[in-house]
Amino acid sequence: MVILRILDVRGLSVEVEGKRIIDGVDLHVESGETYVLFGPNGSGKTSLVNTIMGLPEYRVVSGKITFNGVDVTRKPIDERARLGMRLAFQIPPEITGVKLRDVLKVCLGLGHRDGLSDEHLGVVERLRLTDFLDRDINRGFSGGERKRAEVLQMLFMKPKLLLLDEPDSGVDVESLKLVGTMLQDYISESGASALIITHHGQILDYVKASKACVFMEKIVYCQTSPREIIKSIGERGYEHCLECNRRRAGDG
Amino acid sequence: MVEEKTLTDLPHKILETAAKAGIEASGEGRSGSLFHLNQETVYSAINREFEGRVEVMDTKEALRKYGWLSDYLWRAVKADADEYTRKVAEEYSGGYFMRVFEGAEVDFPLQSCLMIARKGLEQRIHNIIIAEPGSKARIISGCIVEEDIGGGSHLGISEFYVKESATLNFTMIHNWDENMTVRPRSAAIVEAGGSFISNYICLRPVRDLQMYPKATCLGRGSRARFNSIIYGVGGSAINVGSMIDLQGEGSSGEITSRVIAKDKASVTAPGRLLGNNAGVKAHMECRGLLLDDGASIHAIPELYSNRKDVEMSHEAAVGRIADKEINYLMSRGLPRDEATSLIVRGFLDVDILGLPPKLKAEVDGIVDSLVEGM
Repeated sequence: MVILRILDVRGLSVEVEGKRIIDGVDLHVESGETYVLFGPNGSGKTSLVNTIMGLPEYRVVSGKITFNGVDVTRKPIDERARLGMRLAFQIPPEITGVKLRDVLKVCLGLGHRDGLSDEHLGVVERLRLTDFLDRDINRGFSGGERKRAEVLQMLFMKPKLLLLDEPDSGVDVESLKLVGTMLQDYISESGASALIITHHGQILDYVKASKACVFMEKIVYCQTSPREIIKSIGERGYEHCLECNRRRAGDG
Repeated sequence: MVEEKTLTDLPHKILETAAKAGIEASGEGRSGSLFHLNQETVYSAINREFEGRVEVMDTKEALRKYGWLSDYLWRAVKADADEYTRKVAEEYSGGYFMRVFEGAEVDFPLQSCLMIARKGLEQRIHNIIIAEPGSKARIISGCIVEEDIGGGSHLGISEFYVKESATLNFTMIHNWDENMTVRPRSAAIVEAGGSFISNYICLRPVRDLQMYPKATCLGRGSRARFNSIIYGVGGSAINVGSMIDLQGEGSSGEITSRVIAKDKASVTAPGRLLGNNAGVKAHMECRGLLLDDGASIHAIPELYSNRKDVEMSHEAAVGRIADKEINYLMSRGLPRDEATSLIVRGFLDVDILGLPPKLKAEVDGIVDSLVEGM
């Protein structure tokens, strides 16, 4: 059976500490598709991707998440990751004593006493992270450095679905080009799918996306091209999305 | 006193045990060695290549040989400091005297091993270490008890004299067992431009260990640093702290401790930094990980200064492994228990101590087996 839809979210409602933050969301990402998620600050976009990834503080009260034909709604994070879903965190944590090198080995499925190959080190160097290999992961990393480190891990993990939470926030122009190009190269070569959260759409200068939606007021609005959404938000603000009659309904 | 011709003449079982405390039996990669077993120094010698640069001998022998050494005895550590120092002042069996000569740069570490292989022994040791001006050296000292001897105690006095512009890096590895009572008492005096780094590793159970080494940065621009990595397990009661008294202008101090407590272990980590002169900089960091509800960690950071132009800070954090760290690693495909192991292993990482490769491998091996057995 050929799976055409890599991610199928239906009727998803989520609570955090008893508070409803996502209320009946439908979202579908087709195989090989790059899908963009816009929305105002604090609207819950990060919560949505974190829920899809399975972070435990997000309690699914109803609905279903299907990944590559498998119902993952109740599955733990590591199982979803091994199925091929990978998340680049918006604000990844610092971990005392665990080096970037150690985490890269995990991403590559290597043992902790194995070494990184020259090819891998080449990719590290391309992302200008060689000097960070033996530092505690994310500790003292600037915003741009953290994003590059997240993308580096993503590339090493070779996911089927990339969940990218604001890959372009706080990233300088040069780093953005580098990160965007490398992500697009990976997507083109592998046919992977992606769900990208972005505010300004700057990553879309490098990563090709055909579909986008706006997440606000706990549900998803709209489904059209990213450029159209960016234009609309720029001209008329997010408030217009609420009035717009192109509210996204669940489809068959 | 019995002197063996080479370290390898000692019984194999003893050497095997000593290896766990970082002792290289062949002497390879070491500039000098001393082995004190129960109540006598059974071996002390230097590597010929380092003659004229270092010397190593039993403390009592050194006191007989050098009249001036008595000025150093009980200068840094006071004989009447407490009941343990008084006991050692009354009677002791020996210890290691190590001296690095003026200007000597010694690239291979000096090593010492203090071992207890007799049940119920109260081992009393007095060590004196002198780094002459401009010298640079590293010492590895291992304290160890033979397996299953059923109890004993270790009272060890260590006095360090780091003279002008000398650098001394001292690593102590403790390998006791759940029946041992341990009371080390140590102090260092660091003169102008001198640097004293003291690393302490204790990864095995102990019944009751309490120590509070002190460094006095006497001279201008002098530096002291204490790093400790402690794994409290079983019913261990561990109280390991340190104090740095910054008396020299522009002197600096740093205390770093990483503590893990599991089962019913209790670990107390007091740290004190005194800023007593202009331009002093000091920082203290204590991170504690609790793996079981029955275990406890008490971090006690203290800063004191009577000068307005100092920079002193501390960070202390105690708790279980943060969920967000576990979740992050799980999102990389690691099952929960492997994510926990990775974090614990990282927490106990001795990379920061700059140990020689073989010793680092030995300690890494201990950490691996701890983590696997968790």
